[in-house]
Amino acid sequence: MHRVLALESENLYFRHIVRSQIGSAMQRHFFQELEALKNSIIRMGSLVEQAVAEAMRAFSERSAPLAQQVIGREQEVNAIELANDNAVVDLLALQQPVASDLRLILATLKINNDLERIGDHAVNLAESAISYCGRAPLALQTDIPRMAQVTIQMLRDAIDAFIHTNTATARGVLNNDDLMDALNRKTVNDLANVIRTQPGSVEQALELVRVSRNLERIADLATNIAEEVIFVAEAHSVKHNVEKDLPKS
Amino acid sequence: MKHINGSTKISVEGLNLYYGPKIALKEIGIRIPSNKVTALIGPSGCGKSTFLRTLNRMNDLIDGVRIDGDVHIDDVNIYDRSVDVVELRKRVGMIFQKSNPFPKSIYDNVAYGPRINGIRERARLDEIVESTLKRAAIWDEVKDDLRKSALALSGGQQQRLCIARALAVDPEVLLMDEPASALDPIATAKIEELIYELKENYTIVIVTHNMQQAARVSDHTAFFYMGELIEFGETKKIFTTPEKRQTEEYITGRFG
Repeated sequence: MHRVLALESENLYFRHIVRSQIGSAMQRHFFQELEALKNSIIRMGSLVEQAVAEAMRAFSERSAPLAQQVIGREQEVNAIELANDNAVVDLLALQQPVASDLRLILATLKINNDLERIGDHAVNLAESAISYCGRAPLALQTDIPRMAQVTIQMLRDAIDAFIHTNTATARGVLNNDDLMDALNRKTVNDLANVIRTQPGSVEQALELVRVSRNLERIADLATNIAEEVIFVAEAHSVKHNVEKDLPKS
Repeated sequence: MKHINGSTKISVEGLNLYYGPKIALKEIGIRIPSNKVTALIGPSGCGKSTFLRTLNRMNDLIDGVRIDGDVHIDDVNIYDRSVDVVELRKRVGMIFQKSNPFPKSIYDNVAYGPRINGIRERARLDEIVESTLKRAAIWDEVKDDLRKSALALSGGQQQRLCIARALAVDPEVLLMDEPASALDPIATAKIEELIYELKENYTIVIVTHNMQQAARVSDHTAFFYMGELIEFGETKKIFTTPEKRQTEEYITGRFG
């Protein structure tokens, strides 16, 4: 009993020393830089999410001006990507992060790249919208509106999972990837039929194939982001469906 | 007992150390592998240097220290009454933070231990001095001037000379207490390179405050906190995915 008491009072002593040593200005500086990088990724995420949503709205509303706005805003995303790359290089070179900090920085580097590519796909969608709204709409009811809805939700969830390091939300994103692959295949098949049977609608059908393909790619990149969130939180990779291949416990 | 696969050089079990009424090491259990570098990390006052000094009974010299538990090097319990401490320190050499060459020539510094052990023959001493200075990666820098005072060497050279002096008596274990903390980056890199080469023939235990150094030079890392061994594992694992929250908080600088 005496020994336990002695130890506890000593713990207090040690804690005092440790607190005064650590949490130095350098460390606070590091955490601030890391937080700023994370916030920059979140801002980039919200910009590309908006770009995808507006490109698809331009599509459904047949609004070329709205699509032009999406194209015009791409530069902002590209500038953030470059700034984030530089911030990562600085953090790695100057702070030598380890463990969860290192995982977050590595994940950020990849997510930065994924988001920039989503921005490019949003521009592709906007360009397709401009091209499509200049022609007569296709009579066929495709799954593209549904694909757009699922994709935007996946992207929103992936970014949300990153903000809160929420692996349950991230796994939800992963589960939708197969659905998007299936919808893409079905849409392309439906459009191939149009191309075969309606020679006058080939241009429109090809444009919709591009849209379907771009949405599928965005969903895939959202899945990558969700995988990175799980890597940050759990320190193991879930890429390439490794979790599905594991025996069920 | 925390241990790693592979052959064990130093086996510690139930080790407690008290400075008077104060407990400084509590129920330490660890198996330190042979021919590897094991780094001891932790905040000041965590017990890592105290633990290092228990491995060659340096704490015996401090008043009021009481130790219980077992420390085996190979099959010998080094705290057994029958153990000759001088003999033990021959097997377990030590390098300190501040290099401490004797105020003698480079040659005499290295030959000091072998002479005490009864080697008198000049040719044999020459051979030991040369091979030891080579193993300590300082031969090329001093071979033309072995009669020069050791105190005229640079800090990094003095530290490597001290390593040579420790190697000259043919130890099996090298204990290093922050061996590079007073050196510039180039001298530090030379010491780290030397540590890497020496592990082929020696078991090395190193205390360091520099976590990047621990990550660079060691195979295994032990994290001490408040007199306890919190986690021991492969360095790669400790610095990427430590198991204990306290370890993660310490290595990422979020302690307290």
